[in-house]
Amino acid sequence: MSVIPRRRRLAAVAAASVAVLTAATACSGDDSSAADPNEKITLVVDVFGDQGFGYEKLYEEYRKTHPNVTIQERGKGLGLSDYNTRLTQQINAGAGAGDIVALEEGTIVQFYAQAAKFVNLADHGASSLQGNFLPWKWEQGTTPNGQILGLGTDVGSMAICYRTDLFRAAGLPTDRDQLAQRWQTWEQFIEVGKEFVAKDSKHKFLDSATNVYNTMLMQIAGAGSGYTYYDKSNKIVLDSNQDIKTAFDLTTKMIEAKLSNNLKSFSAEWNAGFKNASFATIGCPAWMTGVIKGQAGDGAAGKWDIAKAPGNGGNWGGSFLAVPKSSKHQKEAAELVKFLTNAQSQAAVFKELGNLPSSPQALQDPAVLSATNPYFSDAPTGKIFGEGAATLKPVYLGPKNQAVRDAVENALRSVEQGKAADAAWRDAQSKGAAAGK
Amino acid sequence: MSLDLDTAVPPGRHTHRAGHEPAPRRARRTSLTRLDLRYSPYLYVLPFFVLFAIFGAYPIVYTAWIALTDRSPMNATISFVGPDNFVELITNDPQFWNAVYNTLGMFVFATVPQLLLALLLANALNRRIPGLTFFRMAIAMPIITSTAVVALVFSVIYGRDFGLVNWGLDLLGVGPVDWRASRLASWFAISTMVDWRWVGYNALIYLAAMQSISKDMYEAASLDGASRTRQFWSITIPQLRPTIIFTVIISTIGGLQLFTEPLLFTSGSGGLSGGTEGQFQTITMYLLDVMNNRFRWGYAGAVSLVLFILIALFSLINYLLARRISSDR
Repeated sequence: MSVIPRRRRLAAVAAASVAVLTAATACSGDDSSAADPNEKITLVVDVFGDQGFGYEKLYEEYRKTHPNVTIQERGKGLGLSDYNTRLTQQINAGAGAGDIVALEEGTIVQFYAQAAKFVNLADHGASSLQGNFLPWKWEQGTTPNGQILGLGTDVGSMAICYRTDLFRAAGLPTDRDQLAQRWQTWEQFIEVGKEFVAKDSKHKFLDSATNVYNTMLMQIAGAGSGYTYYDKSNKIVLDSNQDIKTAFDLTTKMIEAKLSNNLKSFSAEWNAGFKNASFATIGCPAWMTGVIKGQAGDGAAGKWDIAKAPGNGGNWGGSFLAVPKSSKHQKEAAELVKFLTNAQSQAAVFKELGNLPSSPQALQDPAVLSATNPYFSDAPTGKIFGEGAATLKPVYLGPKNQAVRDAVENALRSVEQGKAADAAWRDAQSKGAAAGK
Repeated sequence: MSLDLDTAVPPGRHTHRAGHEPAPRRARRTSLTRLDLRYSPYLYVLPFFVLFAIFGAYPIVYTAWIALTDRSPMNATISFVGPDNFVELITNDPQFWNAVYNTLGMFVFATVPQLLLALLLANALNRRIPGLTFFRMAIAMPIITSTAVVALVFSVIYGRDFGLVNWGLDLLGVGPVDWRASRLASWFAISTMVDWRWVGYNALIYLAAMQSISKDMYEAASLDGASRTRQFWSITIPQLRPTIIFTVIISTIGGLQLFTEPLLFTSGSGGLSGGTEGQFQTITMYLLDVMNNRFRWGYAGAVSLVLFILIALFSLINYLLARRISSDR
């Protein structure tokens, strides 16, 4: 009996001990109540993503006015789905989560059902901050019962990032305005892509079908139904929401035109694709600029540029900061959340990482509006990304959005691997429905 | 247990025998001694059972209970749904049966060559050859490598664009294989990971068993003119019978719980779905997919209980087969 489980459960044991360790560090130094305002405390901030949230300098700044607070950040380098799995467990167990946790747009809906396990930020004076956020962002961070679950960090306003060197070699225009003119619709975008692959057989036009699919879906749904896989009563509408089918069909068209490099997003191969410049464009929410810079590295500085995306604006991604009730320093944590999400901080993060602010004041901040990104050939990122953000229509995402999205993305990847589009669509329907059950 | 202290002795005699001690104290002492003898053995084994109750029995009972509910972090209330989860799982869940199929397929792909190779390796290492200790150590090396590292290295080796295997195939003039796209290719790749890691382990177990086989039998066989091959089949294999049964059962349990290798075979998020169409999603991966991505904890409980039954069933089948095969020889 003792030999049997040991071999295969090694990973489980390791995971469990990591969980115990993190839980232990989360608790260290937090043992007494915060009656004394000058008491030394440690606040743990949980974030995700390869680039983190770009808060390092803001922590230092906060320390200057709050010398008793030590801030410890965890999660940089952790993928969203692993992060979310862990967070779900921690929130359910009521232990182990940070004092502040980041919730992503696609997963915050899932936590509406567990809002009782989070601090209502209205109790810490957040209600007066409504005007500091874009209306739809504020709405997403508030549960249907009116609890302020999280304050918005960034929004994922969309554009297309492209490599000028590859475009030039293929005889395409490299000027961002000219390109935006060329691809006013997604159909036109496909035509440009066909032109590219006809001239350049070594590189692909797109990194993968799924990134551009998500970009298109959020855009089409924003202009159309206002929701994707779930309607606003949380019913699965995979089969009846025409917006999904439209985005799916456009995507399979791109795959059939051999535009895609078939790289799974956030995989090791995808990362290598940036380094080896194996594709020319990528669907580019504002936060993607940080990902590109991090993955393609300094060698590709100045080789990328950003143009307006086809269609009319759209949003993909963006996060919130929330305080779980398991925190022993809820008041202090709420203060730090308010600091990290205020307009100045959001503008600072924009400069640091490129994440587009969700605060209208920050979006109108001249520093943001006039910002250019030297890595992306001095593209006026503030203008390109900021323009659409203010007029964006929100897209409602249902409770198991991530699971259903995974199923549909997998179906698209199976088309990349050679499956017929019709069969993949049927697959997406059945597996998506099972995932959302 | 039939010591005389244990049997009830009339208090009067005690008084007579133990002289000047006051009666109540003496009686207490006797009963303490009696308690000691009767219950301390249970105390000695208690730690194991306490741990087992916390980490073994409680989770099993809780799993059985949760499988009868619709528990999920997204449901405010938990309702009792009876056998609904099991009915759905058995009758209306193609993804579960796909996972069962994959798991059994990879089990056969990985285990059969694994045990045969281990047997041959052990037989080779059972002879006197130069550098014997080195070879015996060498085959044990993979066991101390972390599964995660093995899986990561192998997934690079089997990379689509820049992988070592595809580079080798290219030299041979064979086109690149997308190892994650098709069922057979992914099964093959994952089986090689499993085998690399476990062949040595099984070989060591066989080797230990082979060394305890009496040399006299081989001598007698040689005198009768039996060849080495004949000796292997007629002496070694039958003598290894209990060991073979042991390794078969261990491999069955391990094979049906295959998890880390196929999970880390895809990098990036969504590894639990085991390929675009679930080509290499195993039962344990599906279990976690249901639990962590779909948040259906009750249903996940049902999946794990069915997995438990499947393992018991296949262990039994393999035990019967293994017993038969080696007794035929």
